[in-house]
Amino acid sequence: MTKFAVVQFPGSNCDQDCVGAINSLEGARAEFVWHKETSLDAFDAIILPGGFSYGDYLRCGAIAQFSPIMQAVIKDAAAGKLVIGICNGFQILCEAGMLPGALVRNRSLHFVCDMATTRVEVPHSPFTIGCPEGTLLRLPVAHGEGCFFADEQTLRELDENRQVILRYVDENGKVVPEANPNGSVQNIAGMCNRERNVFGLMPHPDRACDERLGSGDGVKIFRSMMEAIGRNRTQAA
Amino acid sequence: MKMKVIVTPKAAVLDPQGAAVREAMKHLGMPEVRSVRIGRYLEIDVDGNESELTPRLHELCRHLLSNPVIEDYELANAEEGK
Repeated sequence: MTKFAVVQFPGSNCDQDCVGAINSLEGARAEFVWHKETSLDAFDAIILPGGFSYGDYLRCGAIAQFSPIMQAVIKDAAAGKLVIGICNGFQILCEAGMLPGALVRNRSLHFVCDMATTRVEVPHSPFTIGCPEGTLLRLPVAHGEGCFFADEQTLRELDENRQVILRYVDENGKVVPEANPNGSVQNIAGMCNRERNVFGLMPHPDRACDERLGSGDGVKIFRSMMEAIGRNRTQAA
Repeated sequence: MKMKVIVTPKAAVLDPQGAAVREAMKHLGMPEVRSVRIGRYLEIDVDGNESELTPRLHELCRHLLSNPVIEDYELANAEEGK
């Protein structure tokens, strides 16, 4: 059984979606963890869900980065545990310095709520096992501050270390400006840290875990995490 | 004592809010406006000695009140010159 923690901050609103998505997978179990908790030892993986933690006051994710649970997230991530930050969770990971860059107001100034097509750029990450390079994942986006920004130096490093995992593309898999819902540099939709165990993305795999809801592609990301955790266990045994 | 912090987006960061306001100013009869940058102003009422507080406030400016990846900040005494 793979145990996922879904951290609840005041203002998280995709926590239910995440728990529902994980609990629909065979072999996985998700539990809520309140942000005032201080340990995540009982879990194999951590999900920082979407929402508006602390009302997005100051900047998105700016205050949540100092919640007590974040010390445990930082400690466990440093030890190699898988962490995925979705939407507001991605913003929190950037604010906490666990991922480079920052997420700013959408170029259009509008909140975007739409289905996006993303392309897998890195097939060998713990989040994309079973997704060959170029695989297209249809995932919904719903955010006002999802425009990824990083300076030139950081972008070069992301490129050199192949940390960009997902880019927004059109239906043919081409990186074009029209496919970019928020103005992110280089159409970046999701990226990982250098060690490849911390992943942040603006699209919602948690809202794409059932074909009846428009897409089941989100399952691939969560199943990949389970697979990676399983492999680690086998290696450790 | 009152301190003030002004946070502004770095020059390299796109400021779509500022661009939208600049357009509105042009429509309202001020085509001379070249650019508008929108930031945040914080007024902080704090007890203590300025020279002792200043380094601690700078620390908070870097870690909480601004994000150095995308923003610059200025910290100053809000009562000076009054």
